[in-house]
Amino acid sequence: METTATIQYTAKDFKSDQYVRWCPGCGDYAVLSSLQKVMADLGVAPHETAVISGIGCSSRLPYYTSSYGFHTIHGRGGAIATGVKVANPKLTVWQITGDGDCLAIGGNHFIHSVRRNVDMNVLLFNNQIYGLTKGQYSPTTKKGFVTKSSPFGTVERPFRPAELTFGARGTFFGRLLDVDLKTAQMTMMAAAKHKGTSVVECLVNCVIFNDGAHGWLAEKEFRGDRAIALEHGKPMIFGKELNKGLVLDGFNLKVVTIGENGITEDDILIHDATTADTTLQMKLAMMEGPEMPIALGVIRDVEEETYDAAVEAQIAQVQAKSKIKTFDDLVATCEQWEM
Amino acid sequence: MDKVTKTELDNVVVRFSGDSGDGMQLTGTLFSNLSAILGNEISTFPDFPSEIRAPQGTVGGVSGFQVHLGSSKIYTPGDDADVLVVMNPAALKVNANAVKKGGVIIFDSDLFIKSGFEKAGFKTENPFEELGISDTIQLIPAPLSTMTQESLKDFGFENKTVLRSKNMFSLGLVCWLFNRPIDQAIHFLENKFGKKPDLLHANVKVLTDGYNFGNNLHLTISTYFVEKSHETPKGKYTSISGNKATAWGLIAAAQKVGLQLYLGSYPITPATDIMHELAARKDMGVKVVQAEDEIAGITSAIGASFAGSLAATSTSGPGLALKSEAIGLAVMAELPLVIIDVMRGGPSTGLPTKTEQTDLLQALYGRNGESPAVVMAAGTPDDCFHFAFMASKIALEHMTPVILLTDAFIGNGTSLWKLPTLAELPEIKPNFVKAGTENYKVSDRNEKTKVRYWSFPGMEGFGHRNGGLEKDYYTGAISTDAENHQKMVDTREEKINNISQFIPELKIEGNKEADLLVIGWGGTHGHLMSAVNSLNKKGEKVALAHFNYINPLPKNTVKVIQSYKKVVVCELNSGQFATFLRSKVPAVEFLQYNKVQGQPFTATELEEHFATLLK
Repeated sequence: METTATIQYTAKDFKSDQYVRWCPGCGDYAVLSSLQKVMADLGVAPHETAVISGIGCSSRLPYYTSSYGFHTIHGRGGAIATGVKVANPKLTVWQITGDGDCLAIGGNHFIHSVRRNVDMNVLLFNNQIYGLTKGQYSPTTKKGFVTKSSPFGTVERPFRPAELTFGARGTFFGRLLDVDLKTAQMTMMAAAKHKGTSVVECLVNCVIFNDGAHGWLAEKEFRGDRAIALEHGKPMIFGKELNKGLVLDGFNLKVVTIGENGITEDDILIHDATTADTTLQMKLAMMEGPEMPIALGVIRDVEEETYDAAVEAQIAQVQAKSKIKTFDDLVATCEQWEM
Repeated sequence: MDKVTKTELDNVVVRFSGDSGDGMQLTGTLFSNLSAILGNEISTFPDFPSEIRAPQGTVGGVSGFQVHLGSSKIYTPGDDADVLVVMNPAALKVNANAVKKGGVIIFDSDLFIKSGFEKAGFKTENPFEELGISDTIQLIPAPLSTMTQESLKDFGFENKTVLRSKNMFSLGLVCWLFNRPIDQAIHFLENKFGKKPDLLHANVKVLTDGYNFGNNLHLTISTYFVEKSHETPKGKYTSISGNKATAWGLIAAAQKVGLQLYLGSYPITPATDIMHELAARKDMGVKVVQAEDEIAGITSAIGASFAGSLAATSTSGPGLALKSEAIGLAVMAELPLVIIDVMRGGPSTGLPTKTEQTDLLQALYGRNGESPAVVMAAGTPDDCFHFAFMASKIALEHMTPVILLTDAFIGNGTSLWKLPTLAELPEIKPNFVKAGTENYKVSDRNEKTKVRYWSFPGMEGFGHRNGGLEKDYYTGAISTDAENHQKMVDTREEKINNISQFIPELKIEGNKEADLLVIGWGGTHGHLMSAVNSLNKKGEKVALAHFNYINPLPKNTVKVIQSYKKVVVCELNSGQFATFLRSKVPAVEFLQYNKVQGQPFTATELEEHFATLLK
């Protein structure tokens, strides 16, 4: 790692020779290119990087990076990535997953890798639809939405990934929008630097089966007013004119305009991503339009011991005390007799 | 004093039985170990209920431990007992049919009272008559509870604590009955209770009093003596359970090859002891992840294998079913992986604590697509060490998942194990990518053996993308080409079949010029061998072909089987191996002997059946 950290990589170093086969206009392209840029800026060599995925459109991503990649089976990427990281904690591990792969068939592995706080970066591509199987509703599809498997609208309540991450005691949650490259790269970089399971919800569009999945937010003209890019230690200011902000009103967040009703910049909340208490972070993550802006950026980023480090530490601790160093030492501990 | 005679026996079976909480497993283990130290061959088998603590004194809570001692080679924990020790009436009820004619039953007479009979569901107050116990069986009443209380009256323990030691009283009594000096048992107790001097003194006192109680029994009874075995190869031995041996086989393989050992597993009876054993071996650097489910157990192991570890997962039948899709991934990604299935009674939850061989076809065929994997089976508890080692070796050298089948019987049972050294174990040479290879592709393989070259994250210059999608034979890129898929299917199959060149040939035990060939596989070896030997001693001509390698089969299989006129396949299922053999050796008529009762064969039933086939 130390020898490679001095090398300057470019996004090209992380591109594979494979032809990218997503639909033209798919939001995944933008996330892939942001990721390759972040991988280069991070300075970890391609051969020290492992990209693990399950099944789905987004899970094809490992084929398109030049690192070590493993495109596995539906839903199990989280468990496989856990094995990779525990086996070799020196690696930088990315898990690529979608709303079906991660939250339906892989829901169990997702909550448990988050709970264990395995040091890996989970990019959860959320387009609120099943694309690869051609358009069925997913666990994040809005209630009432018409899809091929819900011709009369879904009657299911959707998951909200942030809530699930917080409920599983996640130490990092961020959110990005496919087309907002600057916030996307900033969020991915913070996720990569965070020690522990970093969950990044990537709001991506599906041009074929759910075009405009995040359209309200994605429209460039209004994005400034409809999204807030959170940064730790900075005031929660947003808006095209950068004159809107968030304040607490009782137990709830409220949008205010700086310069109106005596509100000044000093009244605006300062974002604290590193506090262990999730109350305010949860409120930020759960904001929905049109009353509130959608939170992008790093919402939670808390330091806690990682699972893989704890495994290593326990082994080192036992090995320092134990007299058993080799298999032959182990055999010698048996109750034994000559025959 | 009445006359006490001493009878020499070639081998003897002792069964200890009581409540789950009565310490029968400990008593049995101590007795078998101290007999082994005196030079006997040993084989043991615990039999416990699925309930952890069923109500005391009821039939549901009876837990047993059987020990077979021999002065010559013994293969099984024995069928019926020469001596049965029962701690309460329920234990008598459960085991009454398992005592030989002329045997002995020792029972805690303090608990053979009305309330005890009621709890055990006896209708009368004479359980021996009610069960129709043969009058050839000698009954030895011993007031274990009151004698133990008497023995410990000065220790100031609570009554509950006192009664926990009564298993030591029975052990002392059995030591006397078998002319076993108790010094060695005391030595074991010192190891076990060394840090708790009060408990140590109490247990030693009760043990000694139990021994002396026997010595002072004023009745005519024959004590037994089992001479040292002279057939056992010289060397240092211990007694080991199959599950522990399996865990240690993996550890030995990892150290031999110089890779880290990773186990991803989820608790499941009767396989969990493998995980326990490995979790305790942090000193050997073993990484154990107790996963959130069976699927995460195997998939995290596949992740570890992808990252360059010797990776394994341990489970039982229902867990193997859950792992099917992931085994397919390991087949497709051509990654080394050891999958251990400690088989139990099925289907579904079935009989979790009981033994069966009903997962064979699942192991061979239970996956989507043409998905060949190596399938092996260990034959005895100590064998589990060897085959766990060999499973690791084959997985690493041939880049394939290997399913190792053991079962509840050999997993929980123990046998003598000649202690190995790492140096004497075979070398393991994984098919690593050769340094200096240029333009490496994930699909690069040794053209002769078809084994893929292994590179993993951290190795510079060998970055690649692996996965469950079909790959192009030459470039490793994903491919749906028709001809290529056929070629890849054939290649994966050829790779597995080729392993038959690396495994030992099938050998014949018993009489090679036999009129009857008995075929078995896995954990039934002991019972089959005992039955075959017994018939051969009586002048019959019977041979045994016992399989440990099932896919691929040893390369001389067809030739060997075709050289016998009459062939019977014996297995603890409805005929799964027979079905498999019929597909491989279609010219032979395979007779079957099957049993699916959650119990091992008895040597007696096998012998009787083979005798009818020889007529």
